[in-house]
Amino acid sequence: MSDKQTKTSKQKYAEVAYYPGCALEGSGHAYNRSTKALGKALGLKLKEVDNWNCCGAMEVKNIDPKLQTYLSSRVMSIAANKMNMDVVMAPCNGCYHNLKRAEWDLENEDKSKEVVGQLSQKAGHETYQAGQVETIHALDWIKDAIGEEGLKERVKNSLKDVKIANYYGCMYTRPRHIFPEKDAGPGTESTSKPHFMDDLLAAAGAENVDFPLKTACCGGAHTLSDSDTSTRLVANILQTAEAAGAEVIATECPTCHSGLEMHQIRAAKTLGIKTHVKIIYFTQLLGMALGLKPRAVGLQENVSDSFAFVKEKGLT
Amino acid sequence: MNDAAGQSLAEIGGRLQRLMEQPPDPADATELLALGEGVLEHWVRAKGREPTRDEREGFRLLALHRQGADKDPSFNACRETCRELAYHYNLLTLESDHEDSAQRARMMALVANHLYLFISGKMETEQLGEFCCSSKPLRTGLTGGVDGGRSAQ
Repeated sequence: MSDKQTKTSKQKYAEVAYYPGCALEGSGHAYNRSTKALGKALGLKLKEVDNWNCCGAMEVKNIDPKLQTYLSSRVMSIAANKMNMDVVMAPCNGCYHNLKRAEWDLENEDKSKEVVGQLSQKAGHETYQAGQVETIHALDWIKDAIGEEGLKERVKNSLKDVKIANYYGCMYTRPRHIFPEKDAGPGTESTSKPHFMDDLLAAAGAENVDFPLKTACCGGAHTLSDSDTSTRLVANILQTAEAAGAEVIATECPTCHSGLEMHQIRAAKTLGIKTHVKIIYFTQLLGMALGLKPRAVGLQENVSDSFAFVKEKGLT
Repeated sequence: MNDAAGQSLAEIGGRLQRLMEQPPDPADATELLALGEGVLEHWVRAKGREPTRDEREGFRLLALHRQGADKDPSFNACRETCRELAYHYNLLTLESDHEDSAQRARMMALVANHLYLFISGKMETEQLGEFCCSSKPLRTGLTGGVDGGRSAQ
């Protein structure tokens, strides 16, 4: 049995290849900062993928899906073949989704294997083979490497008075077939009612509200081409969170996060729908629960201003 | 059951708005479910099909969603919203005197409204949901389609 097979998730996830993707270097920088700070506070190591490239995001994928498979496979190839890593952790739902999708394609589609082989050869790097690395989300990373009990032991500022609606967005769970590890019995993530973020924030003391739009469409990809639809969908998500009693919407995707923040402002201006629910990355919330200062988790980089709120909750 | 048949999409949206503005009433559950079905019927008809009268897991709503998602994987972007609507209907009708009934009715109205917003958005921009959830290629590109429509799952 190889070392790879004998390692537990806890051991495997203690040091992972980190694939931030483009959003975390731009509009989602607060997520990047807070993910790194959280990992450091928990004693987990992140080794950024060398010379990483775009995952193919949504633009390439929708024009030439196999080119997206190749782009995502290159990231995994570098992690596996150049860095000798077992696990790639992608905090962005889009990146995570695309790497999982590429994995599925390479496992199941001969044409994808052929195209990826040709392009890899042309680009001069080893061809990624399905199964060489395991791609995980930041939620899997914390859940499996530390777990709820491990988090509870480390909490310095409990989130006990914070009421949270957890918003997972679409690409963390859809389409189901690219996430074979989900819906696999007790302890695994659910694609219809995801709960990993709820579990982690509850371990840090938060009160999760019953939020029925956890994976509902926010019109994210249409935010520029059809802003009105996006604004209406986001406004309904924000109003539903508030109606559920939430003070905060916790996010785990830079696209969801910036969409909620931007359309919260736009909904007030164009629809007259004013909402006050705060929008904060789960990594920022967990970081503050572990005693990190708001600035250390990038709260100042969010568009929405949550400083007064976190101060009121004793998280500063 | 109240029937939303014959109501335009805008009329359904207007009715949902009024239901959300008034104090939540658990007795609205049946109408909210019917409005959800009415919204889905508009989508199915817009695709040139006759809305099914079948049920799935005891709900016509879920059968209509299934029909709407046929050959259109992006429609799965509203799958969980439909299931939440059915779930809230069950909560309200099976536990009608529960202390949380008014809150549940309020949430059901917001969920029904989300379904309405998604589908009315999709009636204007059909690609809503295709760019992300379903990963449906906008065109086949140089290297062809990717998974033979499996994204529909």
